[in-house]
Amino acid sequence: MSAETLYPLHNGIGNMVRSLFPESAFIINPIIGLISLVVLVSSLAAVLILLERKVAGHMQLRHGPMRVGYHGILQPLADGVKLIFKEIMQPKGADTFIFYLAPVLPLTATFLVMTIMPFDHHLQLADPSGGVLYIIGVSGLSVLGILLGGWASNNKLSLLGAMRSGAQMISFEVSLALIMLLIVMLSGSASLRGIVLSQEGLIFDWWIFKFPFLGILSFFMYLIASTAELNRTPFDLAEAESELSAGYHTEYSGMGFAMFFFAEFVNMFVSAGLATTLFLGGFHPPLIGISIIDGLLNLLPGFVWFFGKTFFIVFVYMWFRWTFPRVRIDQLMSLEWKMLLPLNLLLLTLGAVFMMLGWAG
Amino acid sequence: MTTQSAEKYRLDGDTLPEGFRLPVSDNEDADEFFVNIGPQHPSTHGVLRIVVRLSGETVVEAVPHLGYIHRGIEKMAENQTYIQNIHLTDRLDYLSAFFNNLCFCMAVEQAMEIGVPERGEYIRVMICELQRLQSHLLWWGVMGMDLGAFTPFLYGFREREMITDIFEEMSGGRLTVNFFRPGGSAFDATENFIPRIKKFIKAMYKSLDEYNTLLSGNVIFLERTRGVGILTREEVLAYGCSGAVLRGSDVCYDVRKNDPYSIYDQFDFDIPTKTEGDSLARYQIKMEEMAQSLRILEQAVKKFPEGPYRSQPKAIYKLPKGSYYSQVETPRGILGTYIVSDGGTKPYRVKYRSPNFSNLSALNHAAQGLKLADLVTIMSSMDFVIPDMDK
Repeated sequence: MSAETLYPLHNGIGNMVRSLFPESAFIINPIIGLISLVVLVSSLAAVLILLERKVAGHMQLRHGPMRVGYHGILQPLADGVKLIFKEIMQPKGADTFIFYLAPVLPLTATFLVMTIMPFDHHLQLADPSGGVLYIIGVSGLSVLGILLGGWASNNKLSLLGAMRSGAQMISFEVSLALIMLLIVMLSGSASLRGIVLSQEGLIFDWWIFKFPFLGILSFFMYLIASTAELNRTPFDLAEAESELSAGYHTEYSGMGFAMFFFAEFVNMFVSAGLATTLFLGGFHPPLIGISIIDGLLNLLPGFVWFFGKTFFIVFVYMWFRWTFPRVRIDQLMSLEWKMLLPLNLLLLTLGAVFMMLGWAG
Repeated sequence: MTTQSAEKYRLDGDTLPEGFRLPVSDNEDADEFFVNIGPQHPSTHGVLRIVVRLSGETVVEAVPHLGYIHRGIEKMAENQTYIQNIHLTDRLDYLSAFFNNLCFCMAVEQAMEIGVPERGEYIRVMICELQRLQSHLLWWGVMGMDLGAFTPFLYGFREREMITDIFEEMSGGRLTVNFFRPGGSAFDATENFIPRIKKFIKAMYKSLDEYNTLLSGNVIFLERTRGVGILTREEVLAYGCSGAVLRGSDVCYDVRKNDPYSIYDQFDFDIPTKTEGDSLARYQIKMEEMAQSLRILEQAVKKFPEGPYRSQPKAIYKLPKGSYYSQVETPRGILGTYIVSDGGTKPYRVKYRSPNFSNLSALNHAAQGLKLADLVTIMSSMDFVIPDMDK
């Protein structure tokens, strides 16, 4: 029995709506889906911001937020209130329309990618058959947001930051796309759900281990490329505070600034979620072939595994951020074009050979 | 997009902003522009303004503009008695406040022919070496922060706090202290002094290893600093650099060894030098200096003598006519104090030879042709404290 027939893309709420309102279910279901996604995205941002500050606090031997609520749990709320009431200022000579449009774009990109994230068997808003292509296409919007923001600010440091980040994100997009292509080739499917289902079985059936010896390498390459794509330390050149004051968002205050960061934090979750989907078996539990343990692992629902793995990767991103210094722009570019890209092409070729010989999957 | 600064700094013909010396580029398409680094910029600790002429992201020329925290300390010195002057000195380079006090006192001692009892000299050496560590700890953290790693900054403060507490107990001040006097120091060592230093030495050895694990061996850190901002032996000598900048370029000169003051000749310690002359060499020298300071402290703690901490001071200092010079090795290099006396209770003229001013003059040369990010690296590795170049 194929995996698609075993886990059809149905869910309880959707079925109920379909039986109650057979005529208008096609409009009610997407609305419910979108609302739940909005709730998820906004609560994720709060959780991630608190998490970042807690991780930073522990790594830097300080308390982190502790005052507002139990262990500072209400800190994101306080931050939100503060940011909303801050005055939004626009520099003299800035391009008004683009200046206010720019912060919206990265958030839109993040939200669009979230729509096809497979959280569980039945938790996915849409599953286009070209899901990977969709992600590659849509994530370009966040580059656009940063570029426009830096350009419209009428500030040389912002412009420098934006140009850096444009060059950086577009370069690493190439590597990221090639890694995704490798997984698409191996799994024979470009839909994210298809990719997750192709990793069904034991932990050794995940693409990180299944693709002989090279899965781990490509996983690490994905981590590097996605950190660069996320503009996070050690690749946070767009906002390098010691060189460019704050880079592309120097001139943004209040909610304009908040939206850039909102997007950055949720983007981190999206990247980690994609790593989970592509390499770590998505919502599958890490089965090891011993029936007692596997039975226990299977008790937990899929989305718990998905969120667990994703938050682990998020933690790794944070770990990078609080221990590494920042690279220089030319070093970053040579890393991409002289190391990651050739290595990726080599892996892709090897992957094709392995597929022909029947070694991979 | 036009900005006011673009109007002011328009490259139409021969006009370049003040201070730039290289000619306007012949290339019509050259997209050179000017960027202000500072005064409020996060990597200009203190208030330094550097106007950088950039071509793309490559530094063509960097011109420091001074005077943003000018307080006229040398002029004020002429209206204060010698004792009152001591408390002006620690405002210069606030990270080596004790060294500045000491340097001024040594010039007065030289003029008045005052000796310092042994215990007083031990207190001086120990406090100065603690201050060197304190200053280097802050530098280490800031260097990490300028390279984008925020965590070292907070780690450095952990041990720095222990030293600052010792200073607070000794002198009442934590940053700008007014402690040394001609003939010794204002107060005797407290009973907690030696136990606290012992505790600190133990903690610091462990922390040094931790620092090396966190930053010194990091591959990104090495890539960012190796070969960046190279100054040759001839260049550092020509610019009058001192401290780690000098020793990083293979010139072994340290006032403590080459022109010993206080009781430094009684201690066994090494002066680290490197041949590369780049930012990494300067970094490694400063890290090694911390270990050497700990060595001095260990020896001093063992031999700390009893006795008077200050020779009998005179009520009013009236320096004989003439000029007097003293120099000490601060964490950043040679600090010199030059006093001209007309025989009165106040100096006729005071001049400080500050290490940062000379080191800053080499910045343009070191940064030319490198990236904007390298400018920050070089500034960090030279460890500028602005108030003393901006007297």
